[in-house]
Amino acid sequence: MTYEAVIGIETHVELSTSSKMFCACPVDTDSEPNTNVCPVCLGLPGALPVMNEKAVEWAMMIGHGLNCEIVGHSVMSRKNYFYPDMPKNYQISQYDLPLCINGHLDIETDEGVRRVGVTRVHMEEDTGKSSHIGGDSGRIQDALYSLIDFNRAGTPLMEIVSEPDMRTPAEARAFVSELREIVLALGVSDAKLEDGSMRFDGNISMRPGGTEGFGVKVEIKNMNSMRSLQQALEYEIERQTELLVDGHEVVQETRHWNEGAGKTESMRSKEEAFDYRYFPEPDLVPLAVDEAWDRRVLAELPELPSQARSRFEDLGLDPEAAALVARGETGPLFAAAVEAGADPKSAANWLTGEVMAWTRRNNTDPAATPLTGKHIAQLSTMQGDGRLSASAAKEVLGWVLAGEGSPEEVAEARDLVQMSDAGELQGIVDYVLAENPEAVAKLAEGDEKVLGYLVGQVMKASGGKADPKLARELLAT
Amino acid sequence: MSDLADLTISAAGVGLRSGEFSATDLLEAVHKRATMTEADLHAYLTIDRVGAAKAAVAAESAFRRGEDHGPLQGIPIALKDNMVTRAIETTASSKILAGWVPPYDATVVSRLKQAGSVIIGKTNLDEFAMGSSTENSAYGLTRNPWNPDTVPGGSSGGSAAAVAVGSALGSLGSDTGGSIRQPASFCGVVGVKPTYGLVSRYGLIAFASSLDQIGPFTRTVGDAALLLQAIAGHDPMDSTSYQGAIPDATSGLDAGVQGLRIGLITEMMGGEGYDPEVIAATRATVSKLENAGATVTEISMPSVDYALSAYYLIAPAECSANLARFDGVRYGLRVGGSTTEEMMANTRGEGFGPEVKRRILLGTYALSAGYYDAYYAQAQRVRTLVINDFNRAYETVDVLISPTAPTTAFKVGEKASDPLAMYLSDICTIPSNLSGHPGMSVPVGLDAAGLPIGVQILAPALGEPVMFRVAAEIERQAAFADRAVLATSAVPR
Ligand SMILES: [Zn+2]
Repeated sequence: MTYEAVIGIETHVELSTSSKMFCACPVDTDSEPNTNVCPVCLGLPGALPVMNEKAVEWAMMIGHGLNCEIVGHSVMSRKNYFYPDMPKNYQISQYDLPLCINGHLDIETDEGVRRVGVTRVHMEEDTGKSSHIGGDSGRIQDALYSLIDFNRAGTPLMEIVSEPDMRTPAEARAFVSELREIVLALGVSDAKLEDGSMRFDGNISMRPGGTEGFGVKVEIKNMNSMRSLQQALEYEIERQTELLVDGHEVVQETRHWNEGAGKTESMRSKEEAFDYRYFPEPDLVPLAVDEAWDRRVLAELPELPSQARSRFEDLGLDPEAAALVARGETGPLFAAAVEAGADPKSAANWLTGEVMAWTRRNNTDPAATPLTGKHIAQLSTMQGDGRLSASAAKEVLGWVLAGEGSPEEVAEARDLVQMSDAGELQGIVDYVLAENPEAVAKLAEGDEKVLGYLVGQVMKASGGKADPKLARELLAT
Repeated sequence: MSDLADLTISAAGVGLRSGEFSATDLLEAVHKRATMTEADLHAYLTIDRVGAAKAAVAAESAFRRGEDHGPLQGIPIALKDNMVTRAIETTASSKILAGWVPPYDATVVSRLKQAGSVIIGKTNLDEFAMGSSTENSAYGLTRNPWNPDTVPGGSSGGSAAAVAVGSALGSLGSDTGGSIRQPASFCGVVGVKPTYGLVSRYGLIAFASSLDQIGPFTRTVGDAALLLQAIAGHDPMDSTSYQGAIPDATSGLDAGVQGLRIGLITEMMGGEGYDPEVIAATRATVSKLENAGATVTEISMPSVDYALSAYYLIAPAECSANLARFDGVRYGLRVGGSTTEEMMANTRGEGFGPEVKRRILLGTYALSAGYYDAYYAQAQRVRTLVINDFNRAYETVDVLISPTAPTTAFKVGEKASDPLAMYLSDICTIPSNLSGHPGMSVPVGLDAAGLPIGVQILAPALGEPVMFRVAAEIERQAAFADRAVLATSAVPR
């Protein structure tokens, strides 16, 4: 019997609003520990939460980005459990009445487009950050002591819950990656997996291929990258399939992905699962979203990646190139480049090729460099009219990214402009012809091979600045 | 007036403005009274002599400059110790907050300071406001000034006793199920629970967030209106605070009750646990109102019989979450352990008293998976029925009247070992906490043992003006305010 995986993903996204979910403290985790705190986000006795309206609007934007219904009457609830970096020992979250429901997201798979249901998008607050000092594992169990930074406590956090509509780890990865593109396009979060501003948990069960029921579900935590998501799910499929094939049962539990060991480990069983004792948060009134408010938010919704992709295809890019360049890192630059008059194909090539390669090498992203859409337009024009050779253009781009100025300025200052003026080049051609009578004779006899040699001589004489195509034309006549 | 500590707030205001005495004179009289009475009563946990002296001097110089911030300028006021005060220790009478000095002021505290009042100190309460006798304090009980063998009521017993005995001209308490009105009744003073949301809860250490409301204790109805006006109003730091125009509680004080419709709540006019003397005093009060031109009808509110049960599910459920933050991690008591969980458990085990633990356990249970619908959700449905009953009643009457508590002050220790008997002390006050409507207690006389009897006036949401109007008439008819100073004679000076 063959087994099929049933996968659902829960994603948490920290919003980059200027202030926290329930107080006026800035959202800024780079500051000195415990400096962006107040009675509210420290959970001091007597302090009360007040809803950040911007965070609600951004949550609505995510809801719209995922084709959800926005619920007119939603309620904040208290999720009760004790944890030292959670100041109130309850998290203000949403439970039975979340803000956004019944959405979906289309992802590209090997078998075409698959529609993944989005059960809900709800709002909650993030916890502080613990560092466990003195142990080998970095976990609380064997630490000597722990330090807590509450700067992150109270940061607006969105939880996005998918339906169990994915069947392969690759689909799960495609879902998370498309979700990240949407969040980036909306500009509501920096969605950095490495910083934890976007994180996800998976749940996975196996069932006999071709059946519709659900097997016993296992939840997986601590998957900190797209790669570990895929690896953890692959590992789990193998583990659960093996159990089932051998006639064992899968245990309902939560498992921890151990990146180093490359396997999942049991964290807690169903019996040890928390009872969160949810109840409506009495310190906050229910959230009322009327149509007018929703319309205002919808009107300000930026272009979504899927819309960008089809717009870019309309500009003449093939679907793969459009998908590549529409990504959050490059999409806005591409649009700006085309706006500035760049040839779409050439701009897409530059962005997905050299620009991404350079930023990866330098551990940054395009938005953090001085590169503008105008620069890309200039670069593609200079290459198109022969003023820059392919290799010179690459070099120019590197200097532009490093902040030396526009392509025109860099090419000028570094003397990289090609000799593409026939009049200027003719003198060098005449000189080379005069210096190589033998080759000229062979050429006259129709020996085309020497033409290459002569072009090489022109390049050498011009110090590499001659446009080889033009040189060839001039030599041949 | 022989002793400034016996003045009402409004009389003191006249003296301060005429220059008859200074804010410092007034504060010294109150301090002297506290020195005489604290050993017997223990109304205060903390007396901030330095801070109060500075505030009195500041009020004096404001008067000299011709600056007048209203009727509370220079008036010594006490605060129940569950309202946080910057730089003054705040414990809510719990060991778990011993030594905690808040870095911020509750909104009511800021408002009192802006109004120029002089904060005398912090008064005793049942731990985290859970109790009806002020015996559940980790720092010792408070006694009733009328008879030190009896309790002052609770949980705001310290605030009630201080006003009754003259160690404050007015005070603030909090009322979750009757914690202002019942001690006001026991101590023979006026106590008001405003409409839920009228007074900001920011900085009030939460017991049950959907029920808690801060309100004043004073010796007269007029004083209570002045104090309420000073603390009421929208606070952007409290999402549940009322955003509309604040009703003026002082507006109808002299209007009398001619033409008003008064309802007597049938279910609270007798039966098991009700002291006949209290019932008789309530009936006598209503007759006087009738003579003064009001029409009186009896109104049955069947749901109030279930209100107590609903309250003892909703309040503990909310408190089980509200008190989770006391874990030894960030402030207050920490009792060590070999793991974080053990440290938290040890801290809470040693830091909380038995009544607090009982309610946390009750609430945790009521919210647990599988029990939520039977307990918490069911209690919320009863709450809706109570609200409906009140709304129906207010279609035909302007205010409702009942005893404030079924009995007068009971003996120290009498109910300490019987939580259920203790809970019944709040049976008349709890329904209006569930509905969020305002209520107040006004003293109307003494029982045979010489202990004060209070009558409760209830009004619809934001009905403070009509509630105070009736209260003022009851006060005039009972002429009890003049006897308030009697309280002080019960305590050896
Ligand atoms: Zn804060």
